[in-house]
Amino acid sequence: MRPIGWSEVIITALIKVAGYSAIIFVTLIFTFLLREGAPTLFEVPLEALAQTRWYPIEDYYGILPLIGGSLIVTFGAALFAVPLGIATAVYIAEIAPRWAREILKPLVEILGGLPSVMLGFIGILIIVPFVREALDIPTGLTAFTGALILGGMAIPTIVSVSEDALDAVPKTYRDASLAMGATPWQTIWRVTLPAARSGVLTGVMLGVGRAIGETMTVMMVTGNAPVLPTGLRSLFSPVRTMTATIAAEMGEVANGSVHYHVLFFIGIVLFLISLIVNLTAASVVFKQRKRSERILS
Amino acid sequence: MDKTLKLGTSSTAKRRVQRLGYGLMTLAALVTVLPIVLIVVHIYSQGLPAISWEFLTAFPSDGMRAGGILPALVGTIWLTIGTAIVSVPLGIGAAVYLAEYAADNRWTRAIRIAIINLAGIPSVVYGLFGLGLFVLFLQFGTSIIAGSLTLAIMTLPVIISTTEEALRAVPNSFRVVSISLGGTQWQTIRRIVLPQALPGMLTGVILGLERAAGETAPILFTVAAFFLPRLPSSIFDSTMALPYHLFVISTQVPGMPVKIQYGTAVVLLSFVLGMNIIATIIRSRARARRQW
Repeated sequence: MRPIGWSEVIITALIKVAGYSAIIFVTLIFTFLLREGAPTLFEVPLEALAQTRWYPIEDYYGILPLIGGSLIVTFGAALFAVPLGIATAVYIAEIAPRWAREILKPLVEILGGLPSVMLGFIGILIIVPFVREALDIPTGLTAFTGALILGGMAIPTIVSVSEDALDAVPKTYRDASLAMGATPWQTIWRVTLPAARSGVLTGVMLGVGRAIGETMTVMMVTGNAPVLPTGLRSLFSPVRTMTATIAAEMGEVANGSVHYHVLFFIGIVLFLISLIVNLTAASVVFKQRKRSERILS
Repeated sequence: MDKTLKLGTSSTAKRRVQRLGYGLMTLAALVTVLPIVLIVVHIYSQGLPAISWEFLTAFPSDGMRAGGILPALVGTIWLTIGTAIVSVPLGIGAAVYLAEYAADNRWTRAIRIAIINLAGIPSVVYGLFGLGLFVLFLQFGTSIIAGSLTLAIMTLPVIISTTEEALRAVPNSFRVVSISLGGTQWQTIRRIVLPQALPGMLTGVILGLERAAGETAPILFTVAAFFLPRLPSSIFDSTMALPYHLFVISTQVPGMPVKIQYGTAVVLLSFVLGMNIIATIIRSRARARRQW
């Protein structure tokens, strides 16, 4: 082996730094969110944050309606993104003939790449009026409209992760099931899908997690009224999510004001939600790897 | 399948359930993809008539209600290049570390968890972070450099994970041969592994940048300007950008002609789809040519 020169040492060090950059960035992001958001806790008492009225001009900083708005839109999105996403993944991985797969996969990928602002634009021009007329409600700018589009945006994540999970199920499982006389459908429903369930669940979590964090589309089509959702009926009235509040109001607040700190505080809440969702998803992935390693060793 | 043993349920019932199940899955797939096709076709059919040389090369006028989108288009190109300059070397470096150097220990697992988390952080939170760190703390102001850095960090996980996958796909025997001929680890990576993994890496880089080019929330408070009568002249200038411009003209400007809105959407969509198609072509050509 050749002697290792200085350039090799330097490059190896740089690569190592790059390798650790992800940890550095996550830490930086959390640090700066805290730096700008933590002052909230000294300026606004927690009871005031846990109120149902968001009206910053008069110093009402109740973030419950915003959390409720995010939850109801995300719930609505999950309601049809989850079954549609899983079913599409099953179709692509197990049923579709080769040519259909070659068409479907890039299309789903395109959906994942469509800018959210463009879906919001289509939402305003087409889906909002459609929802208003189809459901005969006073405005089409509702949580339901947001959920409809967000669901679409969550589908690509659900499909691609679930599809990988289904592909990873050993062929022998299917062969054994078919040999026992099960129909292909029974094999999918009772063997393949259950075998892939942790991967499918990861996909669902990541997809739904993405929906909570979506900003532009929601801001454009949900009407932006900070009203606490009280039940399923609230799906069909305007709401305001956490993300939309930050995006809509950050441009107009003075740096360092209470309102500014509260918006960063909402950012911390969003950061923590995504942290929990992703850590859980990651632990599923790692656990799975450990299990397969154990079986193989 | 017709000659299966009849266990439990009768075979006609089984066959009915089979057909129903397959039918439902097929229907779901159709329901998923049909809207995508409709949206793309709709935007092109409505927006293409608005596209002209003037539309692409003129400034907006009459409070955005006339003229073109030049500053937004130029801004998005600058932002994409700025993002690439930061995220491509960093992302590839990180992927090389993970695929070629890192031991399977606690630290490596921490890096992977950090990457998964970066990928999941909402885009508007990236915007807050960019505002806090780049715009205010480092005093870059709302500028191309602040926006590019924010977008770059957001793009990093996509580039790292696709690049790592491409590196791992290169058979280990390639590395063994190079090392046994006296190459150092870095020589092996640079001359053997990276060239072999290039198409896969390019695909990942392009898909990552595609996302960056279409994002609005991270640039809201870090770079985007509502309207500027001139093009940016340095990386410390703010700029208009296509996605933000589409947001502005579809929500903030009353009496906006639909034609210009669709025209802007077509340009943004073409930017994104163009990158997507290039990535797909690179991938499929590399797959066809691969010898291992």
